[in-house]
Amino acid sequence: MDRKHLEAGILQLILKAETEIPRDVVTALGQAYEVETGAAKIQLAAMLSNVELAKKKRCPMCQDTGILTFFVTVGTQFPSIGMLKDVIEQSVARATQEIPLRPNTVNPISGMNHGDNLGSYLPHILWDFEPGDTTQIVLLPKGSGSENMSALSMLPPSAGLQGVKQFVVETVKKAGGRPCPPIMVGVGIGGSADLAMNLGKRALLRPVGVHNAEKKIAAMEEELLRLINATGIGPMGLGGKITALDVHLEVAYRHPASLPVGVVIQCWADRRARMVISKDGSWEVH
Amino acid sequence: MEYHLILPISHEMLKQLRVHDVLYVTGRLFTARDSAHEKMRGMKQADLPFDPSGMGLYHSGPLMKKNDGQWVAVSAGPTTSSRLEEYEDALLDRFDVHLIIGKGGMGERTRKALKKTGSVYAAFPGGAGVLAAEKITAVPQVFWLEELGMPEAVWILEVEEFGPLIVAMDSTGHSLYQSC
Repeated sequence: MDRKHLEAGILQLILKAETEIPRDVVTALGQAYEVETGAAKIQLAAMLSNVELAKKKRCPMCQDTGILTFFVTVGTQFPSIGMLKDVIEQSVARATQEIPLRPNTVNPISGMNHGDNLGSYLPHILWDFEPGDTTQIVLLPKGSGSENMSALSMLPPSAGLQGVKQFVVETVKKAGGRPCPPIMVGVGIGGSADLAMNLGKRALLRPVGVHNAEKKIAAMEEELLRLINATGIGPMGLGGKITALDVHLEVAYRHPASLPVGVVIQCWADRRARMVISKDGSWEVH
Repeated sequence: MEYHLILPISHEMLKQLRVHDVLYVTGRLFTARDSAHEKMRGMKQADLPFDPSGMGLYHSGPLMKKNDGQWVAVSAGPTTSSRLEEYEDALLDRFDVHLIIGKGGMGERTRKALKKTGSVYAAFPGGAGVLAAEKITAVPQVFWLEELGMPEAVWILEVEEFGPLIVAMDSTGHSLYQSC
């Protein structure tokens, strides 16, 4: 597989994710614009024109180009598994120069920023495998404004689903205008502390408006969305009807003595892009 | 009310501005995030390599690039202002800064300091980085770039009709934010 060709593909994936947001998000922002008035409407109008401008000028829509998380699903028959990690990392360094991206990786001990968006464990790559000969990469760039508002609670099982809902709504209330609402809320329920957070982040990959396949969970998503929008926080925390565009839940089985809840908040600039690489190295980005 | 103002904004005008007013400002801004605030905390006006008087303080860590030796803003929206809460009242007290631009709002200490110094906090739509960059006409200077890195450096920005800014905390002590 030609390394340069693959690198160009991942560069295209990063460019797409940083400069365009998916249609489902644009549609939801448009609907929010229709129902809001005053300061809230002005925010949404600016967001929508920023989306247009970023796409037209091929510039990152937000200066916080984020920490990059790559969700890679490798086909077990995919021929170039060995080069993927290295090519992803090199593409991130190139993208930092060429798109450009803001250098966002800082050594937590020395405070040094090497300026290339690389560093220990970053970019974050999450690996998964499935039968087949293609590889899919989904990229989720996420800024600190929203990531800083994410939260974990290790609830006692006696808190029940009522406790889960309460924690989600409280987390959103505490965040207020800081994570750039209208937000997307990803919630992981169950598993362990790290798994709940991981599921919360994975939940963000589902398009706005697509509910969990399980009916009971889908109903809980709808209820949470209503409760969150009833807070009145509104776009950018300036007051309004739309605080969240959607709420997505993912669940894992839990230990009898644990009820972990991971809440991952994403800003309105809910950036994500997807790439499929065939076994011959040809790729597409959407 | 919608206002199109030249910086610095007069004290009379600052007093008139109320939450929900919409501003577009023309003049100079300086950016400052966590690290710049930390440095400025220990400094007097005379120690600073730049004079903040009359400029708007912009909570932003812009994405910049150099074109033919000149810095150009690529994407330059606001950062979350609440991180600067612990620094801002002292900064307003010490320097001649009367307009803060950020996003997400600030807390009780800043609300009181704005009232005391007759200043306002205005919100630029978060995440609208390209829209903000479009209103930046020049980047004449940058300070502490080597030491603090691109997001944390102090960038001096010439802006034209920079907005829409929503006055979200005014000089009479009103704030649009529920809690911060």
